[in-house]
Amino acid sequence: MSNEVIAELMREHIVKLVQSGRRGDGRGLEETRKLTIEKNYISTAEGSARVKLGDTDVLVGVKISTGTPYPDTPNSGVLTTSVELIPMASPTFESGPPRPEAIELARVVDRGIRETKTVDMEKLVITPGVKVWVLFIDIHALDYDGNLFDAASYGTLAALSCAKLPGKMTGGADQPLPVDHWPVSVTAAKIRDKIVFDPQLEEERIADARLTVATDENGDIRAMQKGLSGSFSYDEVRYVISTARRLGNGVRGIIKA
Amino acid sequence: MEDIEHIGKKIQLVDGNGRRLDGRALDELRPIKIEAGVLKRADGSAYVEWGGNRVLAAVYGPREAHPRHLQHPSRALVQCRYNMAPFSVSDRKRPGPDRRSVEISKVTSEAFSAVVFTEQFPRTSVDIFIEVLQADAGTRCAGITAASVALADAGIPMRDLVVSCASGKIAGQVALDLDKEEDNFGDADCPMAIVPRTGEVVLLQMDGHLTEDEFDRAMKFSMKAGMQIYELQKDALRRRYAVRALAEEPADTGVTQ
Repeated sequence: MSNEVIAELMREHIVKLVQSGRRGDGRGLEETRKLTIEKNYISTAEGSARVKLGDTDVLVGVKISTGTPYPDTPNSGVLTTSVELIPMASPTFESGPPRPEAIELARVVDRGIRETKTVDMEKLVITPGVKVWVLFIDIHALDYDGNLFDAASYGTLAALSCAKLPGKMTGGADQPLPVDHWPVSVTAAKIRDKIVFDPQLEEERIADARLTVATDENGDIRAMQKGLSGSFSYDEVRYVISTARRLGNGVRGIIKA
Repeated sequence: MEDIEHIGKKIQLVDGNGRRLDGRALDELRPIKIEAGVLKRADGSAYVEWGGNRVLAAVYGPREAHPRHLQHPSRALVQCRYNMAPFSVSDRKRPGPDRRSVEISKVTSEAFSAVVFTEQFPRTSVDIFIEVLQADAGTRCAGITAASVALADAGIPMRDLVVSCASGKIAGQVALDLDKEEDNFGDADCPMAIVPRTGEVVLLQMDGHLTEDEFDRAMKFSMKAGMQIYELQKDALRRRYAVRALAEEPADTGVTQ
């Protein structure tokens, strides 16, 4: 995610800590940072959430209007997910068209919502082939201290869970957006032969490989994305999945609250 | 930015007692809340709530100016990027800069160039990022007010803080700090930014229709309101550093920077 330079001393320091089962901010290897979610943060959005995962700060807004469906999917609503890695959030983010990092992040979050049928797009049809609900999910990174994947997906789920289909568009009352599933992603980073969960910025910078696993309320796997140039063994993948499932349960409770 | 659905309705913007739709007097500001030092990565930051506006400002620098051909051999550049989040307005705004935000960014950069001691940092750039999270008219003034606190929080040497406020004309009367409804149906809007210590005007824009007398009145309203905003800014900075002095900083594990 980041091409910031990191001092060799710092790199060695983090590796040493992780080798001995500790981390720079005092967490255990499987321990995630404090997660706070403020729903309905933005009154101009139909749904929104501000998520702080440690010092990583993400604001997600959902705008909902009506429009025409795509010709090839007349019985489906429209969902678009965008990520802006604005230069406010990090000295390495630049303004301009979205770069590959932002596009990967947006696509991973989008898939998580679409493929898990978190929001059943077929329920978003008003008149088949003519009029459907159109959802824009905009993910705004405000402060980047690592693990944007999880912060963005928690924010998206939280924003969707409090979103309203605006009645003024159809001449009825506001309806809650139906959210059917609660897939929760958990990201792990591999540093040498150790795996840490919810990596903060410095860990992410020196990580060899990254794996994001989203599990649902039944413990089933709903999405995965591996990143960076290193690799995981099969056992490591299994370990990340089972840990992600356990950690995900706790997170789900916070998002649903 | 306008709410099309409202057009056509007759709205009485000022009642017989000189009260406005939200109960304010003609020379009264909306409630303003300022907080300094809200982001981790940025060198300085501030958050402003101003009526229904929610604005974040971050400052990075002085740092190497990019692109390099912009570097000035004897002074720093002050570069501002004003951006609206897609969900900050009622009809989703397409991400990225449009002509309006490019213009606002330019006049804001120029306003701050007037107060920053740029000659102390040749070849560098002081980058100001203003993000409008939720818009309710007067976002540039809220943004400048926030950016000014963010610059101070970043320790950028300045001649003074900059305060900003708009006055306009609604229902034939000069009024301070128009909200969205008043801005849409009003007759004039005149945002300005002032250096409180000297009274210098560093930003001035106007659209609509004002007589010379009305402009004088608008200017007086904004000048007076500016002094109130100045106090709120200084108070936010005092709170930021008072908290730091009292609370014991968490033990430094050596990984945070």
